[in-house]
Amino acid sequence: MPISELLLFYIISCCMLNHLLYVLLFSSIPVVKAATVSGSDMANPLRSEVRQLYKNLLFLGREYPKGADYFRERLKGAFMKNKDVTDPKEIKKLVDRGEFVIKELEALYYLRKYRAMKKRYYEEELSAVLNIGRPVD
Amino acid sequence: MSRVLVGVKRVIDYAVKIRVKPDQSGVVTDGVKHSMNPFCEIAVEEAVKLKEKKFIKEVVAVSCGPSQVTETIRTALAMGCDRGIHVEVSGKDYEAMGPLQISKIFAALAKKEEASLVILGKQAIDDDCNQTGQMTAALLDWPQGTFASEVTIDGETVKVVREIDGGLETIKISMPAVLTADLRLNTPRYATLPNIMKAKKKKIANMKPADLGVDMVSRVEVLRVDEPPTRLAGVKVETVDDLVAKLKANGTI
Repeated sequence: MPISELLLFYIISCCMLNHLLYVLLFSSIPVVKAATVSGSDMANPLRSEVRQLYKNLLFLGREYPKGADYFRERLKGAFMKNKDVTDPKEIKKLVDRGEFVIKELEALYYLRKYRAMKKRYYEEELSAVLNIGRPVD
Repeated sequence: MSRVLVGVKRVIDYAVKIRVKPDQSGVVTDGVKHSMNPFCEIAVEEAVKLKEKKFIKEVVAVSCGPSQVTETIRTALAMGCDRGIHVEVSGKDYEAMGPLQISKIFAALAKKEEASLVILGKQAIDDDCNQTGQMTAALLDWPQGTFASEVTIDGETVKVVREIDGGLETIKISMPAVLTADLRLNTPRYATLPNIMKAKKKKIANMKPADLGVDMVSRVEVLRVDEPPTRLAGVKVETVDDLVAKLKANGTI
């Protein structure tokens, strides 16, 4: 892999970590309350969707670089912040944002692993070109 | 039609800091996070991709070890394998287990399951042997496509692009064959919670090495495990003459 791609991966993965936290903290992911007297039946399928989304994110958070507890706190906070949203369209939009975060987390984990394997098993092109020793990790 | 055997190994997670046991007999594994070997993930992904492209019918994930390896097999099933085989090895046998025993097990299984392909990771991140794939191919007398960074099935032959020192080598080998996956073969999918839930329905068969006629006696004995030496501080010199003098004194030139 050329050096420029390597740098790009490094930058992207660093940005991703910050971006993910930003999306989680400042976006609002809904927690649908139990259907009240005035509420409609439409809340129910969305409720299970939201609950499943929370479970999926929690599962993914186990591998979070800053720790599973850190992730869980932020996740719960993000969901609780929007527990009063009732408009189904709004909820759907926020659930989609949650799915987006799932995709970003998967990409982050893949990049971390790829970079770690590349660093360990493949001699860095730059050091080979400059003929300096491999860094000891 | 065709069946693919994929080997997965349960290793200490790549991100964990390894510690050597005080008695220098091995590495601390109790209570340490374990996961699937990254190269095995790539192997599973390739097998599942081949199934999705309809080149093969069934993907069987195989792992050898104590009961905990079923977690790793479940992850492979969540990634898309059809069923799993758990070869039970525990205690002293498990500690002494190496590429030779594994390749014997895989050779026996490949014949038993009538597999047309055996796909493995190129090496495990804990022992870095890089031998199991090659040994399996030798025991079966099958061709091998190792360090594969691209695999294309064409009828009864496989075109493999291999990563070698100095570039890429393309070879054509006939099936049945053994392939070992290199880092750039593909991007493994993540085993998400819904997939793991679905995978609970898939079967994992249980067997012992003796059922396959394999003896687990090791020909290798681990004498000692040491940490790598800590890096010594460098020495700074003022002029080039100093450098030359120091190198001469060191016996380097």
